[in-house]
Amino acid sequence: MDWSWDRAWEIAPELFTRGLAVTLQATLGGAVLAFTLGLALALLLRSRRPWVRLPVRGFVEVVRSTPLLAQLFILYYVFPSTFGITMSALTTGIVGLGVHYATYTAEVYRSGIDGVPRGQWEAAVALNLPRFRTWTGVILPQAIRRVLPALGNYLIGIFKESPQLALITVVDVLGLARILAAEDFRYLEPLTLAGLFFLVIAIPSSILVRRLERRLEHG
Amino acid sequence: MNTDETPWMIRFDKVVKRYGDNTVLRELDFHVRPGERVTLIGPSGSGKTTILRLLMTLEKVSGGLIEVDGECLTHIRRGDKRVPADEKHIRPIRRKIGMVFQQFNLFPNMNVLRNITEAPVRALGRPRAEAEAKARELLDMVGLADKALEHPSRLSGGQQQRVAIARALAMEPEILLLDEVTSALDPELVTGVQDLLRDIASSSDLTILCVTHEMGFARDISHRVLMFDQGQIVEDGPPEKIFSDPAEQRTRDFLQAVIQT
Amino acid sequence: MNPCGGDLPGVLGDTMPFLCGGAWITVQATLGGMVLATALALAAGLAALSRRRAVRAVARVYLEFFRGTSVIVQMFWIFFALPVLTGYRVAPLFAGILALGLNLGAYGSEVVRGAVQAVPQAQREAAVALNLTPYQRMRYVILPQALVGMIPPLNNTYIELLKATSLVSAISVGDLIFESKALINTGSDRVTVMVLVMLFYLLLAAVITLCMRTLERRAARMVGRDVAAFRLRLKGGH
Repeated sequence: MDWSWDRAWEIAPELFTRGLAVTLQATLGGAVLAFTLGLALALLLRSRRPWVRLPVRGFVEVVRSTPLLAQLFILYYVFPSTFGITMSALTTGIVGLGVHYATYTAEVYRSGIDGVPRGQWEAAVALNLPRFRTWTGVILPQAIRRVLPALGNYLIGIFKESPQLALITVVDVLGLARILAAEDFRYLEPLTLAGLFFLVIAIPSSILVRRLERRLEHG
Repeated sequence: MNTDETPWMIRFDKVVKRYGDNTVLRELDFHVRPGERVTLIGPSGSGKTTILRLLMTLEKVSGGLIEVDGECLTHIRRGDKRVPADEKHIRPIRRKIGMVFQQFNLFPNMNVLRNITEAPVRALGRPRAEAEAKARELLDMVGLADKALEHPSRLSGGQQQRVAIARALAMEPEILLLDEVTSALDPELVTGVQDLLRDIASSSDLTILCVTHEMGFARDISHRVLMFDQGQIVEDGPPEKIFSDPAEQRTRDFLQAVIQT
Repeated sequence: MNPCGGDLPGVLGDTMPFLCGGAWITVQATLGGMVLATALALAAGLAALSRRRAVRAVARVYLEFFRGTSVIVQMFWIFFALPVLTGYRVAPLFAGILALGLNLGAYGSEVVRGAVQAVPQAQREAAVALNLTPYQRMRYVILPQALVGMIPPLNNTYIELLKATSLVSAISVGDLIFESKALINTGSDRVTVMVLVMLFYLLLAAVITLCMRTLERRAARMVGRDVAAFRLRLKGGH
């Protein structure tokens, strides 16, 4: 065993302050974008106009079938030079995570909306509710309640995948661990601490979501 | 094997079966002789099917013990204690028992022939050719010689049940358990399966335990009828007696209700 | 014309040979990961259904541990940290495949467990009544029937695996992403490179899905089911 507690204690504070702050920003930023953009995509996918629905479907399929890392590369390397859009690495990462996971949450919203009983639509029609009110007042609140656990799982998913941003130079927990490792070529301590960090947050969160799932099922 | 020493093929000794708070069998005692054909009748939920499932080791007893051919099916001795039997102990005893289910339960991942040969090959270690020859004989007997290579889903319910009967017989059991074997069939297919079982019963010395709601069939096939209610035997006698002159009010009520429907 | 040849016109000729080489590594990582993930998924999925508590616990720990972190973290740890502990350096591609297999195998084990549990209890009972051993019941009766239900969700797992192979580039394996980065760094047209990379991934994902659909149809025929009707039932069931 070459594990050095001294080294571990030395790097832990920085890892869990500076690194953590970036990881949390990436996770929350990515999640907010994924949850809102996902809803928009879900609604567009329900459009009756094929020229709206089909391109959106194509976009969702492409994003879901290709690696997040490839998408990050496009945002990071292609967007600045080709479209003149330059973002910081972290912002690029947040957009990448958000768009990638929006294509997953869109599916979640879709099943949530489909799960709202037909009678609810009919009741809304019978009450002569305008279309917009039907959506915001009747359908979406019920649909979103149903999909909360699934969204919770994607929040954890975004958190777990956020270290990929280290590969486009974001200094999150993993990115910082690599930098700290490169200082003295001791990889064991920083990478183990980083791994444990994700494990320690992800596992209890998953258990929490499973509880929520059961509560909603029985409630 | 030692049927001379133990006159009972099946022995239930104070068998209790509970599901949670619901007691299905209450200290049930009964015996079946080798070659005897016994029909269990009674209202649904009276524990008839549970008896078959306990014998087939699909359920575990909550109390009491079951013996098959002189050997204890439910428990083994370990030191001076009796502990629940394990798979290794159960297997040679279970080998003597075959079961036909209400819903046929043919294996959808095998064709008809394979459904019949799989267990003889795997569980008895028979050579495949021998098992297939035997299976074709059995298929011929149940009138499905031409369906050997069909997929079960392409057969009618009646045909599927005939295959299931052939499958059970292929294991050469000494005891055959029939669990409402015609209940899931369309009415016009019931007679065919019943006729087949009547033939099998009369031409073999199988011990048969049969749960059915078809009183005519029960009368034809059995030496003995047991009337169950609330997990206990209410009346026990030959079919002529039970069906024409039942002693118990509960039997009369039950038969009345069955005949009316 | 050879689509990977250097004689292609313009920027294609400059980039395609490298991207094809990268794609070949991506295919190797995907196949290696699939084999390992499938084996682990079966083992852990069945272990999760064991009657022995200790066996279930091992499956559970494996599942939670590898689902608890992402491939990138595990890959870095296996490649950089593990050699410090063991003294053995692992080849980058091998470390990548190991991480991919372990991680996606954990997700796959849930698929296996779910599909086995979805086989009707009556089938197990019929197998007991025929005196098959627990192993024989699983091997000849339950698993073949569970296979059909496993294939569609396993397809998703394999697509996720294909996507995750992109991370091997971070431990300097020359896959598609690695090559694209090298091309971009040496001044190739970024748009062309990334469009081609995306097309490669889409093609590979399509191949996986196509294979799995074929497999599903075959498996469904084996259990006498019509795939279309079966899918409809799955949807209706939710």
